[in-house]
Amino acid sequence: MLKADPNLWNLITGLLTGLVFGFLLQRGAVTRFRTIVGQFLWTDHTVLRTMLTAVVVGSIGVYAMHQLWDVPLHLKSATLLANALGGLIFGIGMAVLGYCPGTGVGAMGEGSRHAIFGVLGMLTGAALYAEVYPWVKATILPVGDLGKTTLAVQTGLSPWIIILVLAAAAGALFAILACRGHCSHHRAEPRLSPR
Amino acid sequence: MLNLLNRSRWSPYVVGAGIGILSWITFGLMHKALGTSTSFVSAAGAIESLVAPDHVRANEYFVKTFLGEGKFFLDWQMMLVIGLFLGALISARLGRSYHVEKVPELWASRFGPGRARRYAAAFLGGVLVLFGARLADGCTSGHGISGGLQLAVSSWTFFISFFAAGLITAMLVYGKAGRRHAQG
Repeated sequence: MLKADPNLWNLITGLLTGLVFGFLLQRGAVTRFRTIVGQFLWTDHTVLRTMLTAVVVGSIGVYAMHQLWDVPLHLKSATLLANALGGLIFGIGMAVLGYCPGTGVGAMGEGSRHAIFGVLGMLTGAALYAEVYPWVKATILPVGDLGKTTLAVQTGLSPWIIILVLAAAAGALFAILACRGHCSHHRAEPRLSPR
Repeated sequence: MLNLLNRSRWSPYVVGAGIGILSWITFGLMHKALGTSTSFVSAAGAIESLVAPDHVRANEYFVKTFLGEGKFFLDWQMMLVIGLFLGALISARLGRSYHVEKVPELWASRFGPGRARRYAAAFLGGVLVLFGARLADGCTSGHGISGGLQLAVSSWTFFISFFAAGLITAMLVYGKAGRRHAQG
């Protein structure tokens, strides 16, 4: 019943990719409860900095390879109600657990014991979803189904324009967050010192 | 280079760029996109099949994910998840940042040091995380990174939605006192 992919290349490259991914996530400290909850409390911006940098850097290479060498994209269907509703449930769970699926597995690797219970919960959540899938497929997935589409296709703009806007927006956000860190220190200190 | 390997924490920009470049390699050489949450479905189905194999075989979602034609239980992504665990373990050991955490400090500041309470909350959080990820058809890796970099409409919808829900939930759960604790 449990088949393995006979293509050994897939298994080896998957393992290598995971090793690098796990190493990077752990070094970036996003495998920590404090980092993830801190992001949602808006006191630690490691998660946004990591994700937005990955997205901008990744997009440049992937779109270049797609246009130059026909490297295929792997888009997921825009089933808008399901994407939004799933995101809401995911976000609530992530704030309570303090990990997402990948960082939860990484957290187990760096010694988090409560992450083990999180992963057990994830397995339960996956099994629950499998039970309700026929109902979800019939009622939720068809609502707002745009198919496998991108912001470039929807707006009619070149993907490069969107990547440029995204990079500029990410850069601006990083600058604002960095400045606010300094500014709040400078502002807080004189007010506290007279006491 | 060796110096960087010994440092226990890297800049988020270095890590982010690394993940971006890793995506070039997975798209270009492996024809795959980084993702993790689908493998939890295969693992859940495998565990469930120990007690109810016929029920699992008859389930449409398990068939679609790992039982059907051309689908495998042990595939590229399952190996990635195994590698992710090992990669984080190796990194933590090399950088001397491995540490056993049972109840996070920030959690204890709000809910006390009890383990049972934390473990139960982690479990329930996990249920929501994976249920939400499957409903949305991706998580912070598959949608957040891989879909985001492809400029997918599905992924940016998910990104905005999960981030807003996370912000509101954390503020409601920890409040201003939690914010101060997280800052200090």
